[in-house]
Amino acid sequence: MTKQAVLSLEEAVSRIEPGSSIATGLALEHAIPFAAGHELLRQGIDDLTMIGPISDLLFDQLVGGGAVSRIRAAWVGNVSAGTGYRFREAVESDEIDIEDHSNFSIALALQAGAMGIPYLPTRSLLGSDVFERSGLFREEIDPFSGDRITLVPAISPDWAIVHVQRASPDGDVHLWGNTGIIDPAVGAAENVLVTAEEVVDPDVITSDPSRVAITHDQVTAVVECPFGAHPSPLAGHYNRDNEYYLEYHRRTKTQAAFDEWADEWVHGVSDREEYAEWIEADLSITEPIVAAEVRYGQ
Amino acid sequence: MASEYTPRELMVSAAAAEIEDGDTAFVGMRLPLIAFQVAVSTHAPNSMAVYESGVVRDSPADGFIHTMCDLPNLNRAVSATGMIDIMSRLQRGDIDVGFLGGAEIDRYGNLNTTWVRAGDDEIRLPGSGGACDIACMADRTVLLMPHEPRRFTEEVHYVTSPGHSPNGGRRTDHPAPGGGPSTLVTSKATFGFDVDGELYLRSAHPGVSPEEVLTDFPWEMNTAEDIGEGPVTTTAQPTDEELALIRAFDPDGFWTRS
Repeated sequence: MTKQAVLSLEEAVSRIEPGSSIATGLALEHAIPFAAGHELLRQGIDDLTMIGPISDLLFDQLVGGGAVSRIRAAWVGNVSAGTGYRFREAVESDEIDIEDHSNFSIALALQAGAMGIPYLPTRSLLGSDVFERSGLFREEIDPFSGDRITLVPAISPDWAIVHVQRASPDGDVHLWGNTGIIDPAVGAAENVLVTAEEVVDPDVITSDPSRVAITHDQVTAVVECPFGAHPSPLAGHYNRDNEYYLEYHRRTKTQAAFDEWADEWVHGVSDREEYAEWIEADLSITEPIVAAEVRYGQ
Repeated sequence: MASEYTPRELMVSAAAAEIEDGDTAFVGMRLPLIAFQVAVSTHAPNSMAVYESGVVRDSPADGFIHTMCDLPNLNRAVSATGMIDIMSRLQRGDIDVGFLGGAEIDRYGNLNTTWVRAGDDEIRLPGSGGACDIACMADRTVLLMPHEPRRFTEEVHYVTSPGHSPNGGRRTDHPAPGGGPSTLVTSKATFGFDVDGELYLRSAHPGVSPEEVLTDFPWEMNTAEDIGEGPVTTTAQPTDEELALIRAFDPDGFWTRS
């Protein structure tokens, strides 16, 4: 893929077609691309298959907004409060299909996709109903040891959406803090949408190639999107907005209540700058830690 | 005389006691986030915690954490990588103890966090997360749940996290490679699992009688005395030091006082 120009969030998200499969929320509770998710809702891009490990709220919001037909994930809810009411109601009423995973099985499925192989074996899952009822996994005998083993088939999403600290305009990415399953998902996905707190000069990125998590050949679109992971935390930029998660839980018990919430927080916001003005909590980094300098050279 | 404490503070203390010095613990959501920090600050200074988000720590976080990914849990971590790293440690047998919760549990320690029945309805819960992996592969697991009779059932509606084999011998006749559940801590008592992998009452919390605990289960449960482990004891109260730590790690009592 050639190097990319920086796009607006609206333009980048508009490239995602209805019916796509999207892996996101990949760093678990860290760096969740909420801004991109809300743009999917504003544009009414629907019939989506959402793929992820645990989705801390974002999948619940996408389900509530009517964007989702299917979920392939290990956990969907609200890590601060437990239940995601929109997810729960949609699954109980068969409005969406759910393929239950464990965190490791979704990681391995994407890792297999990233490695270009049909499946990966694991010692997890056997004896559980995650194995029995998902209808996805196979039990086999390891031909070398004779052990019973589970085969996890590859998943290759149409898109991975990732929020990062900084990217060059070309799409080379620096990302730090915990990364969950970002690496396997980016490798497995056909297209990668990167939203970045900052778009920086390419020299910043090339100064530290060991910190490069995604390379431009993998990236379809780069968006500069400050505060793009709020209410989730982003290492070095902002803390988690815990009260947002609790308020969402209180306010979304019914579909009508969710619609009211979404009118305010999703549809009532034209862009992320306006959104940032809504945030009441002080999430700033009060005790910054600057990593020791890393030197390269020749 | 120990200070006043909440049931959850006692559960945190009891969970922390399950981490031995030198252990690597797999820590998930909620109370175990606090329990590891208590353990590493008291009797288990050489213990380590891994989190499936990709974090490895050997010290408490300098600030309250709602989740494993809160920035205080990243600061000065031993390492911050990805899930394949953490789950590989689990799969190759490096995790001594893992923590699990459940909406339902049966006598073999099978846990359900996916689907429960309520009358004719099925209620959808969030699902496994890493719980199934921890249950399958950790050397031992410690289960934490509120003490509510509706959670104790002859057969869980969905086995999210496998326990011991119903055929006896704990995990010998079971496809999961880990050691399976070793302890259950509820808000009223603690329990072990006997040689056949069946729950038995080990201790009742202060002010709770063993009889009242046993009647909450739909099957006839053994006690430590029944299986020759000595009398049912009273669970140790959290020490003043532990309470001070719990309240430092959870200053508003979000996890432990509500």
